[in-house]
Amino acid sequence: MRHPDSRPNPRQTPVLARVLAALSLTGALSACNTVVLKPAGDVAQQQGDLVVMSTVLMLLIIVPVMALTVFFAWKYRASNKDADYQPEWDHSTQLELVIWAAPLLIIICLGALTWVGTHLLDPYRTIGRIDTKTAVAHDAKPLEIEVVALDWKWLFIYPEQGIATVNELVVPAGRPLDFKITASSVMNSFYVPAMAGQIYAMPGMQTRLNAVMNKTGDDFVGFSANYSGAGFSGMRFKTRSVTEADFTKWADGVKAGGQDNAGALDAATYLELEKPSENVPAARYASVSPDLYGKILNMCVEPGKMCMSEMMAIDARGGLGKAGIRNVSMLAYDKYGRAASAAANANPDAATRRELAWVRALCQQDPGAAPDNIVKAPANLQSLSGAGLTAPQSIAPKSVAFDNGEEHAAHSPLISRN
Amino acid sequence: MESVVHNHWSPLLGRLWWDAIPQEPIVWATFAAVALGGIALVAALTYFKVWGYLWKEWFTSVDHKKIGIMYMVLGLIMFVRGFADAVMMRLQQAWAFNGSEGYLNAHHFDQVFTAHGVIMIFFAAMPFVTGFMNYVVPLQIGARDVSFPFLNNFSFWMTASGAVLVMLSLFIGEFGQTGWLAYPPLSGIAYSPWVGVDYWIWALQIAGVGTLLSGVNLISTIVKMRAPGMDLMKMPIFTWTALCTNILIVAAFPVLTAVLCMLTADRYLDFNFFTNDFGGSAMMYVNLIWIWGHPEVYILILPCFGIFSEVTSTFCGKRLFGYTSMVYATMVITILSYIVWLHHFFTMGSGASVNSFFGITTMVISIPTGAKLFNWLFTMYRGRIRFELPMMWTIAFMLTFTVGGMTGVLLAVPPADFVLHNSLFLIAHFHNVIIGGVVFGTFAGINFWWPKAFGFKLHEGWGKLSFWCWAIGFWFAFMPLYVLGLMGVTRRMRVFDDPNLQIWFLIAAFGAALIAVGIGAFIVQVGYSIWKRKELAVDGDPWGGRTLEWSTTSPPPAYNFAFTPVVHEIDAWDDMKRCGAPRPTGNFQAIHMPKNTEAGIILGGLATAFGFAMIWHIWWLAGLTFAGMIGYAIFHTFNYNRDYFIPADEVTATEAAALGQLAPAGA
Repeated sequence: MRHPDSRPNPRQTPVLARVLAALSLTGALSACNTVVLKPAGDVAQQQGDLVVMSTVLMLLIIVPVMALTVFFAWKYRASNKDADYQPEWDHSTQLELVIWAAPLLIIICLGALTWVGTHLLDPYRTIGRIDTKTAVAHDAKPLEIEVVALDWKWLFIYPEQGIATVNELVVPAGRPLDFKITASSVMNSFYVPAMAGQIYAMPGMQTRLNAVMNKTGDDFVGFSANYSGAGFSGMRFKTRSVTEADFTKWADGVKAGGQDNAGALDAATYLELEKPSENVPAARYASVSPDLYGKILNMCVEPGKMCMSEMMAIDARGGLGKAGIRNVSMLAYDKYGRAASAAANANPDAATRRELAWVRALCQQDPGAAPDNIVKAPANLQSLSGAGLTAPQSIAPKSVAFDNGEEHAAHSPLISRN
Repeated sequence: MESVVHNHWSPLLGRLWWDAIPQEPIVWATFAAVALGGIALVAALTYFKVWGYLWKEWFTSVDHKKIGIMYMVLGLIMFVRGFADAVMMRLQQAWAFNGSEGYLNAHHFDQVFTAHGVIMIFFAAMPFVTGFMNYVVPLQIGARDVSFPFLNNFSFWMTASGAVLVMLSLFIGEFGQTGWLAYPPLSGIAYSPWVGVDYWIWALQIAGVGTLLSGVNLISTIVKMRAPGMDLMKMPIFTWTALCTNILIVAAFPVLTAVLCMLTADRYLDFNFFTNDFGGSAMMYVNLIWIWGHPEVYILILPCFGIFSEVTSTFCGKRLFGYTSMVYATMVITILSYIVWLHHFFTMGSGASVNSFFGITTMVISIPTGAKLFNWLFTMYRGRIRFELPMMWTIAFMLTFTVGGMTGVLLAVPPADFVLHNSLFLIAHFHNVIIGGVVFGTFAGINFWWPKAFGFKLHEGWGKLSFWCWAIGFWFAFMPLYVLGLMGVTRRMRVFDDPNLQIWFLIAAFGAALIAVGIGAFIVQVGYSIWKRKELAVDGDPWGGRTLEWSTTSPPPAYNFAFTPVVHEIDAWDDMKRCGAPRPTGNFQAIHMPKNTEAGIILGGLATAFGFAMIWHIWWLAGLTFAGMIGYAIFHTFNYNRDYFIPADEVTATEAAALGQLAPAGA
């Protein structure tokens, strides 16, 4: 921190030097890469700044308390007979007012910071700025990336480019990114510390993350931040941030296929891919079935499964009644094992055929669109201090920061399923 | 990774088969050590013929003091087990770099961190606080026992039963590999098909019965059995925190019971509360478990706040500053602890307004907590501070806990939580408050009340060694975790690929080693003090105490107080000492006492067998033991031989013998 430019590359620092560095706090923090405080993306940067600001705010009260503890412990030690001793003194209204008021004041400040910061940095909200100086252009189209947490690797689908990757995330720096996130079986958390805070990836549900990368670089890391079973430790992916031109070149390269390309990602390939595996090397798919992500989200990639969206639509119309009691295998995702029913599909017996016909009669195998939960940010947002946020509605009735109807729509059903 | 399929089932043994023996040399070695140690212990107990003594004086005892001590012993044993898990984790994480897999495979490592969390919270910290409340509360309020002495014994054995199941999982089958709160769908039958999660469910369910009943018992004790004159605002502050804690227990634990029932239904009966099938919602589980989980941390910390309050005012020789605001702060924390739970899952996609609300309510808790800290601070102000061991632990707590509190408030800021959730920063934070608060509080309490319980002080030298190892070891063990969290390192990782992280894990491992020395020194301290107990012997009031427990002998007689004390002031005993209240020396009456009963340990044993049978799907045994529990409980209600009188002569003799030891109140 003292000499950011002359900071030694930690990989080449001898162990002894690192031990010495670790012993002093400033040395410590400069010798290691505290990516949370010094990330490469604007969203993470604002979040990191908030960590620092909150800490400083709290130190205003923590430091005096700790100092007083030590001072009083020393001053009023039993051996110090010169110190005042008032065994009956147990109350002082003024002092108690201060005792309650001082933390209250800090919390009022922190609470205000929290309210503003939480809304500005809501991951569902489109980003309003690329960095402190650049607002997002009105016509800017964010790059959509669909993220699926599998056991135990990550699948990234680029719908616009029609390509997909496993355990490799490549993004263009300086362009808003719009992640739609789900999972195949258990809970994970999608986290690229250099880019933005994490958000859970959960089966049958979709979460959103809006972010941007401001620097290019080859060795950012992303991982699951929520324990998900035996292969959790290896559930990491390399994240590369490249220029817009390089991104296009890379996407075209993936699309063109080639020697180390895994080809097309369709339902059958996906069902193979989603089977548990560990420490999976990066892979690229030249094409993706356009409806694959929707089916993953609705848990109906496997033939013969009813999509969640359809189940909800049927339920909304009053359900299937008695017929729904018998025909349950189409809704069982965990229970009877995906592999088992896939095998049954490949070589169906009479009963399975009946069941499949039943499902197909009910469903069009159309996953349906997930409700759009996104919150729109005002375009000229500048910083966390609240610039860009308009005054409360009582003062300025025509608020642009939070469009009323939109906020309602955005904040109540956060999960696609609701 | 090996994925062993266990699908054996037989009517007689259920899922239990040879494959239940873990295929891990580390476990075998542990088992050998435990078995040898166990055999040696049983042999020694038999040789010295103490079984009868243990059974009559301890296991079947309904005396709140003995039950309190048994809770502490249970807590300490489980604490050592939980700490062994911690050391294994520190070793694995310091080791698994540069392509090394470390020495634990995923199946083993995932059980270790799950067991560590479960054991430390449910079977170490909970018995500690319950033990303190059991031992101290009746003495502080001038009562002879708790309201329901048998229920107290039963509660203890249910808690112990849960602990036995957790320990069994080490050698028979496996423990959960889900993390300590077992989030579904991972903890569902589809992704955790074998017995690990079932051990978790039944251990918690059975121990939960004990915790809940003990909560009911202590609330009614505090509400109904206070000495005359002790109105609510004259209650000792530890009793106040105990009251609030037990209200939290009674209000929060049923939620845990319910959510465990639902998970059980999912796993055993093909239900779909939390599965991906048929529209089940795993997020509902997360929501429900934290509605219990957040009050739980206040259940642990509030009694420790009470301990620190008692210790501070005693060793500063001064009334507690701001008693009233301390009481209100405790009540405010009790209520607020119910409206913050969502801060455990800011990152699951709640809207900004919801997140802000729960973030701010969380921060608001720091206001009463801060007020408490100031109150301790101003109790020290113009005091005469004696740096005995309990006070040293208290000061270490004040310095450690403030840092933990600060990082906690930081994590309550949702955008900050987005970058720090589930990271090692979070791990550092909650160890900072739980070790700094609950563990330091436990050691303060043990050193403080040990002389009361046993009639001699704990040795100071070993106690200081333990203290310094803990106080320094803590910072070495957890400060690196804060740094690692800022470096974006997440929790529950088994192997690492960035070699720059290793140095931090090595420092943390060094800290864990220091803590190990601290625990060792504590064990030596206890052993050495027992050996030198004649030299360390004390009278009834060794510290210049202020509350009623110090007015009786050390250890107190079975009936606690020959005459029920009458209270006029907040610090009742201090008031008596200053007024020179005379100690009664005659006219003793026969004292009505509850009789020991073996019903608690028998029901606890049946519950263990029932849990084991449910875990292994041994349905006949489950049915039999469940019927046995109900049947035996009904049978016990027909036992009318439940009380006896300590004759007046015996009371007179006991009190006369005690006179030499007791400081006369007026001295």
